[in-house]
Amino acid sequence: MKAGGFPYVIPMLLLSVAFFATPLAVLVGYSFTGSEGPTLANYGHFFGDAFNFRVLVNTARLGLETVLATTLLGVPIALLYWHSGKTARQVIIFLTLIPMLTSNVVRTFAWIVILGRQGPISEALLGLGLIGRPMSLMFTELGLVMAMCQIDLPLIILPLVAILSRTPVQYTEAAQVSGAGPWRIFVTVLIPLMLPGLLAGWILVFASTSSSFVTQAVIGGARNVYVPQLIYREVGTLFDWPLASAIAVVLLLSTGCLLVAMTMISRHRRLVGHG
Amino acid sequence: MADRRENPIPGLLYKLFVFGFGTFAVIYLVAPIVIALTMSFTSGQTLKYPPEGFSLRWYEALLDPVRSATEHAAAFNSLKIAGLAVLGSLLFAVPATIGMSRMRKGTVGAIEPLLLSPLVLPSLVYGLAALIVANFVGLQPSLWLTVAGHVVVFGPLMYRAASVVAQGLNPSLAEASTVMGASWFTTLRRVTLPLLMPGILAGAFLVFIQSLDNVSISLFLADAQTTVLPLRMFALIEESLDVRVAAISGILIGLTLVVMLVARRVLAPRQA
Repeated sequence: MKAGGFPYVIPMLLLSVAFFATPLAVLVGYSFTGSEGPTLANYGHFFGDAFNFRVLVNTARLGLETVLATTLLGVPIALLYWHSGKTARQVIIFLTLIPMLTSNVVRTFAWIVILGRQGPISEALLGLGLIGRPMSLMFTELGLVMAMCQIDLPLIILPLVAILSRTPVQYTEAAQVSGAGPWRIFVTVLIPLMLPGLLAGWILVFASTSSSFVTQAVIGGARNVYVPQLIYREVGTLFDWPLASAIAVVLLLSTGCLLVAMTMISRHRRLVGHG
Repeated sequence: MADRRENPIPGLLYKLFVFGFGTFAVIYLVAPIVIALTMSFTSGQTLKYPPEGFSLRWYEALLDPVRSATEHAAAFNSLKIAGLAVLGSLLFAVPATIGMSRMRKGTVGAIEPLLLSPLVLPSLVYGLAALIVANFVGLQPSLWLTVAGHVVVFGPLMYRAASVVAQGLNPSLAEASTVMGASWFTTLRRVTLPLLMPGILAGAFLVFIQSLDNVSISLFLADAQTTVLPLRMFALIEESLDVRVAAISGILIGLTLVVMLVARRVLAPRQA
């Protein structure tokens, strides 16, 4: 039964071509459309405007900051998983899946409560006497990174845990018997092992930050604008669809380049360490 | 074993890093969910946390058919879209999974990236692209257009979940059924589909959750009458920080927990 499967694939294939590939091609074509035929004006307009360019840079920076923050918190969770027994491992996975499967808007709402003037952070700092009056982290980049980090954390934990769950304990035991200390094992055994998972996680986190419209709009506020809101504003209020398409293509290319770069790095045998 | 006279400090620091910082990170991950859940039982008018008292008043306000008519309509729309998206994904992705499992590896490798590509594209970009094309062919944003968008973008989740199971299946099982004289339909119904069921259920669960939560496709493809729940919550947050959002969150978190526990019951024995 190695042949004859193709007819079953046709419906989904047609769906992908007609309703996915075609719209994308149209989007790209549309971004080169002006009132007098094909033009680069939309791109010129986008990159020529200092505000737009700053939004693009801010979006990239937000993505990188979130990647850094999720790595700083995700790696310790992965290590905790590695050093845990069977039950504790299941608990860690369960605790990772709960936030991941909870609605994005719900998680964003939770951060409004946490970051607000009457929230636990402000109350705690007041109680400790570190601040004189209530403080809000809403509408700040710090608050946004804190929230995005929590929202995207499962995306980096799960690939790491997937690798560690397949890794035999003998790997680190061998290093231990040979006299390596825990930090040395972490750096020379565990990190190289986790590297493909880290790369996968970084791609997922970065891609997620480039389309988390609600979190950015609500917690970033009106002063911190990122590419998704820019696109929505061009479509919804300014009705400049060709410009919106051009911005979407720029967003696509910038995440796409990162994706390709990451994939190439993860296939680099010497760097990833399994040859 | 190695000689144990070495400096114990690095070992202690490492333990502190893993167990101290690791536990902190787990708390950071879960605390917002707990906070949203407890916030929903506040007796106050504001989002003060910790709340000064507890009550069910916001759940009452949310269940009130007059006061929360818009929210009920939005929840109904979202459930309808999510249900239809699951149905659409079944129709397209499950046959594709079965077909791919009967094809040569090289062909599969050539086609699969195209089928999976909607998963890596920012869905906001797809929403815009779909809106432009719909506009070209004269379609107005509607519930059905939103459903179509969700099937295109989330259908691959169903495909992926089902193919993970399909790859582990022994092809002789279906062959045996055919050799014994079963028609292709009987084989499908009695052998192939039951074997694929864990993957299909997992896929349905993922598609449903993603569809229910989606903002960036509905933002472009839903019309003004078809307000979906996440967009309604977004509006409630932006307009007034209405505490009913906490009650909606509470219900959604509760549902997630219930479904996860059920999924563990249904799917776990196979992994053991």
